[in-house]
Amino acid sequence: MIGDYSYSEFFSILAMQGFAGLILFSVFVLMALGLAIIFGQMGVINMAHGEFMILGAYVTYLCSVVVTDYVPFLFPVYFFVAMALAFAASFGLGVLVEWALIRHLYRRPLDTLLATWGLSLALQQLYRSVFGAREVGVTLPDWMMGSISLGDAIEIPINGLFVMGLTMIIAAAVYFIMFRSSWGKRVRAVVQNRVMAGAVGINTKQVDRMTFGLGCGIAGIAGSAFTMIGSTGPTAGQLYIVDTFLVVVFGGAGSLIGTIASAFTISQAQSTLEFFLSGSMAKVLTLLTVVGILMLRPQGLFSLNIRR
Amino acid sequence: MSFDTRLPSIPLSRRTLLAGAASIAMLSATGAALAQTPATATVNTTGLAVSDTTVKIGILHSVTGTMAISETGSVQAEKLAIEQINASGGILGRKIEVIQEDGGSDWPTFAEKAKKLLVEDRVAAVFGCWTSASRKAVLPVFEQYNGMLYYPTFYEGLEESPNVIYTGQEATQQIIAGIDWVVKEKGAKSFYLLGSDYIWPRTSNKIARKHIEKLGLEVVGEEYYPLGHTQFNSVINKIKLKKPDVIYAIVVGGSNVAFYKQLKAAGIDMTKEKPLLLTISVTEDEVLGIGGENMVGAYAAMKYFQSLKNDNNTAFVSAFKKMWGDKIVIGDVTQAAYLGPWLWKAAVEKAGSFDIDKVRKASPGIELTTAPEGYVKIHENHHLWSKTRIGHARADGQYDVVYETKDFMEPDPFPEGYQ
Repeated sequence: MIGDYSYSEFFSILAMQGFAGLILFSVFVLMALGLAIIFGQMGVINMAHGEFMILGAYVTYLCSVVVTDYVPFLFPVYFFVAMALAFAASFGLGVLVEWALIRHLYRRPLDTLLATWGLSLALQQLYRSVFGAREVGVTLPDWMMGSISLGDAIEIPINGLFVMGLTMIIAAAVYFIMFRSSWGKRVRAVVQNRVMAGAVGINTKQVDRMTFGLGCGIAGIAGSAFTMIGSTGPTAGQLYIVDTFLVVVFGGAGSLIGTIASAFTISQAQSTLEFFLSGSMAKVLTLLTVVGILMLRPQGLFSLNIRR
Repeated sequence: MSFDTRLPSIPLSRRTLLAGAASIAMLSATGAALAQTPATATVNTTGLAVSDTTVKIGILHSVTGTMAISETGSVQAEKLAIEQINASGGILGRKIEVIQEDGGSDWPTFAEKAKKLLVEDRVAAVFGCWTSASRKAVLPVFEQYNGMLYYPTFYEGLEESPNVIYTGQEATQQIIAGIDWVVKEKGAKSFYLLGSDYIWPRTSNKIARKHIEKLGLEVVGEEYYPLGHTQFNSVINKIKLKKPDVIYAIVVGGSNVAFYKQLKAAGIDMTKEKPLLLTISVTEDEVLGIGGENMVGAYAAMKYFQSLKNDNNTAFVSAFKKMWGDKIVIGDVTQAAYLGPWLWKAAVEKAGSFDIDKVRKASPGIELTTAPEGYVKIHENHHLWSKTRIGHARADGQYDVVYETKDFMEPDPFPEGYQ
C-alpha cells in the first residue's frame, strides 16, 4: 500500500498521469511551435497567434459541416483534409498579414506587439460576425473519440494519442525544414545577420514572409487538432495564448529545442501538481516556478549566442 | 456598435414598421385610445421616459466579447417578450421602446452603460446582466439612481437588492433538489465536486457540500480550475481512482467543451452512470458547443428545459423559433430572461404606475401563469418561487425531463448554516 492506494492502483496512477503529462506536452509543443518560429526567427511577437489557431478550428468546423452534408462516406477521414486546409488558410492569412502589416514594422517590436494585438481583436470580431457569438460544435469521426484500455484502470484517450503523433510529425517536419533544407539555411542566415544575408543574394523579404506564413500555418494545424480537446468559438484562441507565450519565453526565444524542453518541463510540472493539488493551485505553483527560473536565467532555458 | 449577425436588424425594422402602423391606427382613434390610457402625469411622477404613447426600457447585455456566447439568448428572449407585449397592446396603453446597450463583457462598461440608461435615457426598467460580476458592477448604480433591474441568470445567491428582481434560480433552489433526487433515486453515496474557479461554482459547491454532509454522505474530492482551463486529464484520472457515485460539475464557458470531450475520450461513458454526472451549469445553449454526443447521459438540475411539455412552453418555443430561426435552442437562462418583461408588465399594471417605488412595492406576490416553465411567483425577497427539474441529456443536444419537484421551491438567498 502506498498512501490510500494499492500497488496496482498506484501503478495505474503513474501510467495514466504519465500519459496525461505527455498529452499536455504535445499540446504545448503544437501550440508553441508556430509562435516560436515567428518570435525566434523574426523577433516579431505575434499576439494574434491564438486567432490563427482558431481560424484552423473554424476551417475544420466548415469541413465537418460540408462533408456531413455532401459526402458523408468520407466522414471518417475528413479530419486529414481539414488539417491540410487549415494549414493553407492560416498560411495564406499569415502571408497576407505580413505583407499588409508586419513588414512595415520590423524595426519596431513594440509596434508589432500592438498591431498584432489589434489584429487579434479584429479577427475575433470577424469570427463572431461570420460564425456567431456562440461556440460551434465540431463533430468528430467515432474512431477519434473514446479510449484504448490497457488493463483494468488504465485507459488512454485516442485523441490524445492522435495529438501526440501529430506533434511528432510536425516537429520533425519543422526540424527538417529549418535545419536540412536550403530554405531553412536561408532563414537561419537571415536570423544571424540580415544585412550580410541580403548582401550574398538572399531575398530577405521573401524569407520573412514565408517564415511568418509557416508559423501561422502551424498554428492553423494546431487549432484544427484542438477541436478534438477544446472549444471552438470567436475568443477560444485567448485560452491558449498565455500558455503559449509562457512556453516560448521559458524555452528561450529563438531556440526550437528550448521550446520543446520548456514545453516538457511545464507540462510535466503542471500535470503532476494538478494530481496532488487542486487545479488552480497547480497553475499558481507552475507560474511561480517559471517566474523564479526566469529571474535567474532571463534568456530562458536555451538561448542562441549570436552577435547582432 | 454591434457587428453581430446573430442579432439581425430585420425583426427590429419590422417592429418599427408595426409600431408606426399602430400609432397611425391610434391617431385615427384618438378618443377611444385616450379613454383607456391613463394620463402620463398620473403614471409617471418621477420623470421617467414615458410619453402618452410609449415607454422606454433598456436592454443591457454583452453582444461582443467572451460573454456574448451566453448572453445572446437572453437578448433574444427579452426582445421576443417585448414584441409580444407590444402586439397585445403594450403596458398601460403604451408601447415599449427598447434602448439596447452593449456591456461588451467588461464589468466597468456595464456600470457605465447602466448609468447612461438610468440617468440620460430615464428608462423605466432594465433587463440585463448575466455574470454575477456584471450584476455586482451595476448594483451600486441601480441603487443610487433608483432603477429596476431584471436579472435572468441562475446564480449563487447571498444578495437581495430592492432594485433587482432575480428571475433565475438562486443556488439553494437549484442544488438541494438536485442532490436530494440523485440520493433518493440513484442511491448516490459519494460525490466529487468540480468547478471553474470563481464565486458561483465555489459558493454552489459549498452549499452542495453542506447538504451532502448533512445527509451523512461523503464528498471524496473538491476542485477548481481556472476559467478557460482546457486540460482536464489529471482530474479525470483522480476521479477514476476515487470512484465517486456522482461527479458534481459546475464547469463553465469554453472549459466545458474541453471537460466533456476529454471525459468521453478518457472512457467515462456517462450513459452507464458509473459515475453519474450531475451538473447545474450546462443548458441546451452550452450543449451546442460541447456536442450532444459528448454530453449524452449526463443529468442537469435547473428550472427549465426546452423539451418541457406544457401549452405555455409549446407556444413559447414556436414563437421563439419563428422570430430567431429554426435551429436555435433555448436554455434555462433564456427562459428566465423571457419572464423579465412579463413580470415587469404585471407589476406596472398592478401598481397602475411606472414609478420605480410603486413597481417595487407591487412586485412581491406577482404571479405569472403564462410562464413557459409553468408558473412563477415573486417572493418578498425578489426571487421567484419555481420548480426544480432534472433533465437527462440526449444525443441530439436536448434534455428529457425525468423529474420535477412536487412543490415550488422557496427562494432562500441567505441559507442558514450553508454559508
